[in-house]
Amino acid sequence: MPKQPNTAVLQIAGKTSGALIELDHVTKQYPNQPVAAVQDFSMTVQPGELIMFVGPSGCGKTTTMKIINRNTAPTSGSISIDGRDVLSLNPSELRRHIGYVIQQIGLFPHMTIAENIGVVPKLLNWSKEKTNDRVHELLTTVGLEPGDFAHRYPKQLSGGQQQRVGVARALAADPPVMLMDEPFGATDPITREKLQAEFLRLQASIGKTIIFVTHDFDEAVRLGDRIAVLSNRSQIEQFDTPANILTNPANEYVSSFIGLGTAIKRLVLIPVTEARLGPASAAAGGTTTIRTTDSLRDALDALVLTGLPALAVLDEQNRAVGSISVDQISAVLGTEVPVLAPTAEV
Amino acid sequence: MVFPTATTLIATAPQRPAGRGAEIWSPKRFVTPAVVLVVLVSLFLWLSSLSLDSIESRTINVDYVIARVREHLGLTVVASALVAALAIPTGILLSRTRSRVIKGIVLGVANVGQATPAVGVIILLAIVWQTGYLTALVGLVIYSFLPVLRNTMIGLQQIDENVRESAFGMGMTQNQVLFRIELPLAVPVILAGLRTSLVFCVGVATIATFINAGGLGDMIVNGLKLQRYPVLVTGAVLVACIALLIDWVAATAEDVLRPRGI
Repeated sequence: MPKQPNTAVLQIAGKTSGALIELDHVTKQYPNQPVAAVQDFSMTVQPGELIMFVGPSGCGKTTTMKIINRNTAPTSGSISIDGRDVLSLNPSELRRHIGYVIQQIGLFPHMTIAENIGVVPKLLNWSKEKTNDRVHELLTTVGLEPGDFAHRYPKQLSGGQQQRVGVARALAADPPVMLMDEPFGATDPITREKLQAEFLRLQASIGKTIIFVTHDFDEAVRLGDRIAVLSNRSQIEQFDTPANILTNPANEYVSSFIGLGTAIKRLVLIPVTEARLGPASAAAGGTTTIRTTDSLRDALDALVLTGLPALAVLDEQNRAVGSISVDQISAVLGTEVPVLAPTAEV
Repeated sequence: MVFPTATTLIATAPQRPAGRGAEIWSPKRFVTPAVVLVVLVSLFLWLSSLSLDSIESRTINVDYVIARVREHLGLTVVASALVAALAIPTGILLSRTRSRVIKGIVLGVANVGQATPAVGVIILLAIVWQTGYLTALVGLVIYSFLPVLRNTMIGLQQIDENVRESAFGMGMTQNQVLFRIELPLAVPVILAGLRTSLVFCVGVATIATFINAGGLGDMIVNGLKLQRYPVLVTGAVLVACIALLIDWVAATAEDVLRPRGI
C-alpha cells in the first residue's frame, strides 16, 4: 500500500514547466570545519530560468545546489519552491519532483535504459503503459532511437549516450525543477558542445527552472539565462546575465574568473543580425557563407578561417541579405573594445 | 531535436540481449558433471569387481550409502541456509553502522570461528554442550559464517558511490535503495561468499562423525579404523564428488542470478 504523498509535494508536482525557487539566508556549516561551506546565501530564481552556478572547485556551489533537494541539510536559513517550504516536506517525495543529474551520471548498471528512465515514474506508481510511453517519448527527445536503446544496458552505451539517458531519466516525471551538477563535464569537447546545443533546444521547449553547476565559464555563458559567479563559502560575487557580466564584471575576482578574451566570449551571445550588415555585393565571393541564425563568433571564425575581408550572409531561404566583415563585428561590441582590425579604418 | 510523433511512439518489440542462455549453458558448463559421472561409474565398477567381506558389505550397500549421503547433504545444506539467513542480514546491518568498534567486534568473532580448526570448534562444542546433529550444525554455521558476512559487506561497499547518490537524489528511500539498487548489485559477490561456505561445509561435515552426527565421515573413519580400503575410498570419493557438484551448482546459480548488465 503506497503511502499517501502529502499535498504540498503534489502541488509542486502539478506544475511541470518551471517553479519559483527562493533561498533565504542559507548557511551550511559542517561540524569540525573552521569555516562554513555555504554562508548566508540568498537568491531568487524565476520560473523557467536557467541559472548557472560558476566557481572554482570547493567553493560550495555543489553544496548549495544539493541543499535545494535536501541532499544536504542546511544549518540555517530557508528554501522554498513555489512558496512551499522545502524543509517541511518529506525529502524522498520532494526529490521525486526535482530532476537530478550528476557528472558521473550514476545510471543503474543492472537496469536497462528503459528501466533507468522509468525509476521515478515507478516510485510515483505510474501505470506500465504510461511509463512505457514516457520512456519512448524521452528517448526520442534526447535523440536515442527507442527501439534500439530501450533494452540495452548502460555499459553498452558511450559516455555521451549515457549522459543523454541521465538527462532523460531526470526529466522522466516532468519535474518543474532540475538540478544539474556539471552534467557534461566528463564528455569530450565535441560531444559536450553537441549536448549543450541539444540541451538549449530542449530547455527552450520545456522551460524548466534549472540550477546548473559548472566550473567552465564558457559553458555558463553559452547556456545560462543568468550566471552566479561564486567564490569561497558560496559567496555571490556577481549575479547577472552573461552579457552584463562580460561587459561589466563587478570586481577583480569576476574579471579574473572570466579570463582573457571577453570580447570573443560576448560574440557567442550576439546573433549576426545585430550587426549593421554591409551590402551583399561586398562579399568577395567564396563558398563560405554565414547564416542569419549564426552568432557573431561564428562569423568571426569564418572570416579568420577564410582570410576574406567579408562574407555573404544568407537568410533561411538562402537569399543573400548582406555581408559581414571584421569592422562590422567590432562595431557591435562598442567603443570600449579595442579595434580588432586597424586597416578597416582606411 | 526530434519530437515524438505517432510513428516514433509505436512501441518496438523488446530486443533481449541474445545469447545469455547459450553463454550459461555452454559445453564447458558440463565438464564437471561429466567428470563426476565418470569417477562414480569407475568407483562402482571397481567395487563390483571386488569380493566384499562381511564388514565391507555392511557399509558398502545402497541403503547405507544413501543414508550417509543424505545425512551429509542435510548437514551441509541446512548449515549453509542458516549461514545465508544469518550472515547476509548481519552484513547489511554492519555495513549500515558507522561504528568501527561494532564492525571490529563482529568481524573479529567471525574470524575466530573460522580461524579455529573445524575439529576444535565441533569437539569443544560437543564437550560443553552435547553430541549429535544439532551440535554439528551449530559448529558448521560458526565455521562458515565469515565468507558470507565478509562478502556481503564487500558487495555493498564496492557499489559506485555515484549510483547510490543518484538513487537517493531521485527520491528513493533507504529501503528502496537497499532492495532495488544495492542488493541486486551486490548479488554476485554475496553468492561467491555463499559458494565458498557451501564447499567448506561439505568438507567440514565429515568431522560430524566424531560427535555422532553421521554423514560420510562415518565411512571414512570406519574404513581407516578397520583397515577396509574400499570403505575408506568410497567415503572419500563420495565427499569429493559432492563438493564438486555443489560447487558446480553454486557456480551455475551465480551466473544465472547475476543481474544482467553487470
